[in-house]
Order: sequence, then structure tokens, then C-alpha cells
Amino acid sequence: MTTNAHIEKKRLETPPATIKFKIQRREKEGAPAHWETFELQYRRNLNVISALMEIRKDPVTIEGKQTTPPVWDMSCLEQVCGICTMVIDGKVRQSCSALIDDLLLASNSDTVTLAPMSKFPNVRDLKVDRSKMFDHLKQVEAWVELDGSYDLGPGPHISNEVAQERYAFSRCMTCGCCLEACPQYGDDNYIGPQAIAQARLFNMHPTGKMTAEDRINGLLGDDGITNCGNAQNCIQVCPMGIPLTKAIYETNRDITVNALFGWLKK
Amino acid sequence: MASSGLKIAIVGGGLAGLAAAMKIAEAGHEVDLISVVPVKRSHSVCAQGGINGAVNTKGEGDSPAKHLDDTVYGGDFLANQPPVKRMTDMAPEIIYLFDRMGVPFSRTKEGLMDFRRFGGTLHHRTAFAGASTGQQLLYALDEQVRKWEVGGKVTKYEGWEMLSLVLDDHQVCRGLVAMNLQTLELKSFAADAVIMATGGPGMVFGKSTNSQTCTGSAVGACYEQGAKYANGEFIQVHPTSIPGEDKLRLMSESARGEGGRVWVPRDPMDARKPKEIPDADRRYFLEEKYPAYGNLVPRDIATREIFQVCLDGAGVGGENQVYLDLTHIPAEVLTEKLGAILEIYEMFVGDDPRYVPMRIFPGVHYSMGGLWVDFEQRTNIPGLFAAGECDYSIHGANRLGANSLLSCVYGGFVAAPSAMDYAKNVERGSSETNGVHAAELARQQEINDSIINSEGGENQYKLHEELGKVMTDNVTVVRYNDRLQATDDKIREIQDRFKNISINDSNLWATQAVPHARQLSNMLNLARVITLGALNRNESRGAHYKPDFPERDDENFMKTTIAEYSAEAPVLSYEPIDVSLVEPRKRDYSSSKKKA
Ligand SMILES: Cc1cc2nc3c(=O)[nH]c(=O)nc-3n(C[C@H](O)[C@H](O)[C@H](O)COP(=O)(O)OP(=O)(O)OC[C@H]3O[C@@H](n4cnc5c(N)ncnc54)[C@H](O)[C@@H]3O)c2cc1C
Ligand code: SF4
Ligand code: SF4
Ligand code: FES
Repeated sequence: MTTNAHIEKKRLETPPATIKFKIQRREKEGAPAHWETFELQYRRNLNVISALMEIRKDPVTIEGKQTTPPVWDMSCLEQVCGICTMVIDGKVRQSCSALIDDLLLASNSDTVTLAPMSKFPNVRDLKVDRSKMFDHLKQVEAWVELDGSYDLGPGPHISNEVAQERYAFSRCMTCGCCLEACPQYGDDNYIGPQAIAQARLFNMHPTGKMTAEDRINGLLGDDGITNCGNAQNCIQVCPMGIPLTKAIYETNRDITVNALFGWLKK
Repeated sequence: MASSGLKIAIVGGGLAGLAAAMKIAEAGHEVDLISVVPVKRSHSVCAQGGINGAVNTKGEGDSPAKHLDDTVYGGDFLANQPPVKRMTDMAPEIIYLFDRMGVPFSRTKEGLMDFRRFGGTLHHRTAFAGASTGQQLLYALDEQVRKWEVGGKVTKYEGWEMLSLVLDDHQVCRGLVAMNLQTLELKSFAADAVIMATGGPGMVFGKSTNSQTCTGSAVGACYEQGAKYANGEFIQVHPTSIPGEDKLRLMSESARGEGGRVWVPRDPMDARKPKEIPDADRRYFLEEKYPAYGNLVPRDIATREIFQVCLDGAGVGGENQVYLDLTHIPAEVLTEKLGAILEIYEMFVGDDPRYVPMRIFPGVHYSMGGLWVDFEQRTNIPGLFAAGECDYSIHGANRLGANSLLSCVYGGFVAAPSAMDYAKNVERGSSETNGVHAAELARQQEINDSIINSEGGENQYKLHEELGKVMTDNVTVVRYNDRLQATDDKIREIQDRFKNISINDSNLWATQAVPHARQLSNMLNLARVITLGALNRNESRGAHYKPDFPERDDENFMKTTIAEYSAEAPVLSYEPIDVSLVEPRKRDYSSSKKKA
């Protein structure tokens, strides 16, 4: 049955006249970082990106110093492409869906702090290079093997239950929040939860299953799944609610079953 | 792997570009894939509702022929019909292919793919994966192309922006020049053929439902170099978007497909909460006027009705907003079928649409116009092909919901063999050595240098805002000739001022200022094509509506508008269309349509 109870969103009742944005700046990779603060008039319905757009138009710091426009990445502006991820008030998340009112309400202040993700090369200001995450997808062969893309009729029958479970994994937008939060991830020593979950996505598919071993093999190396310390930080920051710890658990289970009985007997 | 010696460059890694890349790699040829953003982050991820194909699993007697009819009828008889037929015929196999690639489509009890209804049809024809179908389809192609990348057939250049084509002395396309967005390095990509798959131009309107990368800039560059641009004036304004500071977020048509109802209080100033307003005091204006299709009339019609209601002061609270109401549907059904899009509303507005009717207003959404192509996706420039939202070929005067993802994949699947055929037969000559690449590189470097050195004081972001505003005000839902003329004057004024911009960024490393300036310059050219195309078309058809010319005029305007660049103004001409398959008839959605 449906319940009509739902929680009314808490709103910022007494907004400040101006909002400050404290932004970490870096000229280019390897250059030292420093902070600059900008000030904007308060407006309702601002998000971090519209604030950055406003600042970029005329980049003058709160001290009145003309400076370079902050650089960041953006595309979809609706939290589905993952590109705009950064660390906002200490928490890794997408800047397009970070509403200023909510941030001020949570921090009980008039300042929003923006920094780039720390686990990836920092290209400039708030922009990072996450190409490593796409390499990880190669390592776990995150695709279904097809005989060809020509017409071979429909795919296998699949229950809606399995389809929905796979859908939950398939929404991963490679944003990297989970890697930023994972205490084990860094310096290339661990492939991280995102790729494990993607391996799981294909190992759950009737066709994908047939090559499950290749995917698992990609997770058995030095940087593999055993590095996970089960800290569960990843799942708490994932904006898409990907069941990451479940993926890790089930993949570990598959590996154990394989070690005991071999793939063919499974 | 043995190399075939053919190299095809694809610009853009949305659905269309990836579809083409997969086909070319599979045929054993090499692909350079150039994209502004990592391809997995392309705008196609935004598509929510689904993809059409007359798979007919619901015992409704659906067929590709009916899909063809719905598409050309919905498009108000402006599309050439043969490619539409080829697309609707191919649609079921395209959907099956995605099924085999592992897209988690929603399923029926039997474990088959489920289909939902979308606008402009009476059939359940739309396959969907939750409410993020575009994301799921794009990921499936991204995965397959990654496999080819590992196999050495596809080389990706992500974080590169195409600036221009490399044309030889005979106006044959020999490759392209792109800019590295980190270093600003320019590089020429030699190729036997080039496929443009760069998506739509929503940013010309400032705020739209499109991603920030949808500038149309690359296509604008091709146009300036001699590619024909067709039907530019046909811009789809989606009936239901969520107005925002930075963008207009889409509320997918699937909300209405699943039973969402559009209404306004009979008294716009009704102070009661929407749920407390009884049916008798509500006006379901779409259902009243269009009993057969109700809330699922085609987009152009829904948009105009909502726009008009608000113009008449009958919007909620007298403002530019109407209710889109789902609250009569059980919350868990909504969560399963529409979860992702309802989250977007909740995330950005704060209210939970499962319990509170949404407030929506129309927003610029899609360009039916684009690069002119023939029935094999060839542009008028030899060696240059186009596919996806950046080509004009399928949707006529108005696109039906869930037909775009289909047309993108179809376009990629046709452009790929077409480009390979061309590449096999093209005279190679000495284009490599006769200096055309070096010359184009030098020309592009000069443009960059002049932007970097310009210190006239104009602010390019403010110019872009001015462009967006004037385009949104005058070249969207309702169009008047005097305002269109004034808009063109304004665009030319902005073009003049553009010559005096200052980029305001002394750090050129990974700067966004230079790419934005390049984009803006191309957007201004496209804006003129859109505006003057609209000015010249004195009729109303699909998304193009002029109160002074309210009727469709087949005799004079059942023709493709073609714009060709000249420094003075776009040169417009008209090309007859092929209506050999479905006899044109008047559109009427107040009753279910019968044969012509
Ligand atoms: C919010 C929203 C929802 C939608 N929902 C649906 C739906 O439910 N069903 C449906 O059928 N359609 C839908 N559409 C329409 C559909 O999503 C698009 O038309 C389609 O995704 C376009 O795909 P594409 O491959 O042509 O281009 P895109 O996906 O836009 O990709 C363009 C590519 O080109 C690259 N690019 C652009 N410029 C350059 C350059 N200068 N140099 C190099 N690379 C460049 C980009 O990086 C990107 O990779 C929706 C659209 C929106 C805005
Ligand atoms: S459970 Fe902990 S260690 Fe394992 S991936 Fe998640 S955050 Fe990292
Ligand atoms: S699993 Fe979640 S947090 Fe990690 S990359 Fe995917 S979407 Fe982002
Ligand atoms: S811009 Fe795409 S997730 Fe924020």
C-alpha cells in the first residue's frame, strides 16, 4: 500500500545577504595550490555550478583582486554524466546537484568551500583527470561478448527482478566519489569498488556469465579485490546508490566458489 | 590485427558516434574517435524516456509501417519518407541488439522486454530501462567500443574539440583539426572519411534541456566551410521542463506516458494546495481539447497549449507554470517506472512529485534541423558524413518522443557502411603532402591567437546570455516576422561585438575561455540560420508556428530549407521532399487518426 506520509523538505528561512565561495586554485598539475575567496549576492535556487558560472563571468576575489576564472568540468547539469564531481564542504559529490541553500543550511554558515577530488591528477583548479577509471573498466572486461552486431534476434529472457537488480548497478556514472572516499584507493594499488561493481553487472547477465571468469581474473591481481578493507565508505558517498558492498561480497563469494569447485562445475 | 588501411574519423561519441564506431571497428577498419568529453559522459546520457520500435509484443497489431506513419504524420510532413521507412523497419532489430548487449530493459512477467506508450502514437512502442534509457543505451555502446579500443581498432581522443574540417583544393574532406582542451595544442587528423556525430545546438538558446556540451559548434564550423544546413528553424520546445538558474531540466514525456495529467486550477489564484483542489475546480486542458490523445498529443501541440494557457494568465498563480500531476498513481509504481526522473525533480525543486504535483513550463529541447544529408547520410561535402541529432534527416517539423535515440543509432548504422564504401573508393592522391593539413592548422592557430590577443573589453559570457535571451524570446514557440528580423539584427550586433572580446584568462592551461569563444562564434552563425529560416517560412508546421500564417502551406513550403554560408547572410533555398510512401494529410489529434 502507498503511504502518503512524506517528509517536507527543510528550507533555508533566513538566508545571508551574500555567500562566500572559498575555492582551491591550482595553475596546472604539479603547481602549488592556494585558496581564493569570491563573494556573490544571495539568490534563491542557486547551485554550485550556477555560482561558478557567475564567478567565471567576472573573476574578482573578495579582496577586489582581478584573477583568472576558476576552471571546472560540467556537462549534463542533472547528475547523470558524473563529470562535475568535486569536494564540496569536505564531501565528495556532484556540483550540479549541490544546492547552495542546502549547503548553507547544513554548514550553518555563509561560506561554501570547493576543492578538487584528491585521488586523481589535478589538471587545473577544480578539474581532475579520471581516465584511470575507464582503464579499470578495460581490466575487468566490462562488456557482454557479442558474436556480432548484426541481427540475431532478441536477447535471452530475463526476469524483471534480475533486470532491476542489474539496472541498479548499471546506473554507475564513473564519477569516482566511491574512489575518493575509499581509504584503500590510491597510488594504483587497488582497482576500487566501481570496477568491481561493473564486473558484477556483467556477471549477472545470462550471456555475460559465460565469460565471468575473464572478468574475475581482472580482479585477482595485486591491485585486486582483496585490497578492500570493508570500510564501507564507498557506498555512503555513491550518488547513484550503487550496491557496492553487495557487489564486493558477491564477487568474493564467486571467487571462493571458483577456488573450491572451479568455474565449470559452478 | 591486420590493418585494412582505412581510417575513419568520428567526431562525437554520443549514441550516433559510438554506433558508427562499433560498426566500422567490427568491419576491421580503424577509427579515430574525437570527443569534447569522455564519450561515456556524452549528452545522450540525459535521455530518459526510451527508444521506439514496433516490436509488437502487446498484441496491438503494431508494425513498422504504423511507426512510419506516426513519425511522418507527427513530423507534419516535412521529412523525406524513404529514410524514415528504413529506420522504422530497422527499429526492432536495433532494440534487440541493445537487448543482447545487456541493457537492463524493464521486463514483463514472461521475461520479455516491456514497452510503454509515448506521445504521438496509440501503441506501446517504447522500450525503456527505468527512466534513464539514454544512459543505459549509451553505456552499452560505450562498452562495446571499449572492447574495440582494447582490440586496437578504436583510438579515442577525449578532451579534444574539433575546430574545422581539412578540405583539399576540390572541397573534398581529408580530415579535421581539433584542439586539446588541456594544452590548447592543435592537431590535424588525417582520415579517409569523417563522420560528424556532435549532437544538438541547445546552447544557442542559452538555457535549454541540453547538456553544456551541446553547442552545435562543430556543425557550425562545417557549415561555414561549405556544408549545407537543413531545416534549421525547426526547434522542438519540450512541453514539460523544470525552470532553473543554470538550465531547464527536462521532465520526460514518460511522466505523461505513465498517466501523468496536465492541469491548472480554474481560478489561477486558487490558494488551496493542489491536492485539495477538487476535480471540478481543475481544468485538464489537454484532455478537454484532445479527447483521443489527451495528455499524449505531440510535443509541439502540448507546448503551444501550455504556453497559451500561461500567456492568457491562467497558469498556476498567474505565472509561467502549470501542474503535471502523478499523485493519483501509487508511489511504488512511480518509483519503479519513473524513479530517476522523479529524483531529478525532488533534487532540484525539493518537492516529492509522488505526493505533490510538479510545476512545469516548456523549454528548448531538440533540433530537428541539422547538417543536410542524403539517404545514405552523406553531406554535400565529399568525404563528410553526419549522424544523430546533428543531421536533419528524420524528424521533419517535429520529433516524436523516443524517436531520437532510435534515429541516432540508425544514423550511425547507415553512416558507417556509407563512409566505409566511400573510403574504399576515394582517390588518396597526395593530400597528405600537398599541404592542406598544414595550411588548415595554421589557419586555426591564427584564429586562436587572435582570440587570445583580443582586448576589446566585451565579455563573451554576457554576449552568450544576450544571444540566448533574444533567441528564446523570439525564435521558440510563437514567431512573428518583425521580431525575427529584429533578432537577426541583434545577432549581427553581437557578432560585431564578439570581435572585441577579452578572454579574461591569463592562464591558458586548460582554459575554458578560448574554447567558449570558438563555440560562441559558431553558435552565432547557427543562430542566424535558425532565425532567418524561420523568418522566410511563412506558414505554420510542426514546431514552427506563426500566428500571422496559422495554416500549413504544402504548396509553397512542403520543402526542406537549405542554408549555405556566405559572409553576408545565410543563402536560403528550398528542396522538394519525397512523400512517395505516405500521402500528406492534415494533422488532427482531437480524434484518433484514420487513414488519409
Ligand atoms: C533531457 C533530454 C532527454 C531526452 N530524452 C529522450 C528520450 O527519452 N528518447 C529519445 O529518443 N530522445 C531523447 N532525447 C534526445 C536525445 O537524447 C538526443 O537527441 C541524442 O542523445 C543525441 O545523441 P547524439 O549521438 O546525436 O549526440 P550527443 O549524445 O549529444 O553526443 C555528442 C557528442 O559529440 C561530442 N562533441 C560535440 N562537439 C564536439 C566537438 N566540437 N569536437 C569533438 N566532439 C564534440 C560530444 O563530446 C559528445 O560525445 C532527450 C534529450 C534531452 C536533452
Ligand atoms: S568497502 Fe571500503 S575498502 Fe572496500 S571498496 Fe568500499 S570504501 Fe573501499
Ligand atoms: S559506483 Fe557510485 S560513486 Fe562509484 S563511480 Fe559509480 S556512481 Fe560514482
Ligand atoms: S554536470 Fe553531469 S553530473 Fe553534474
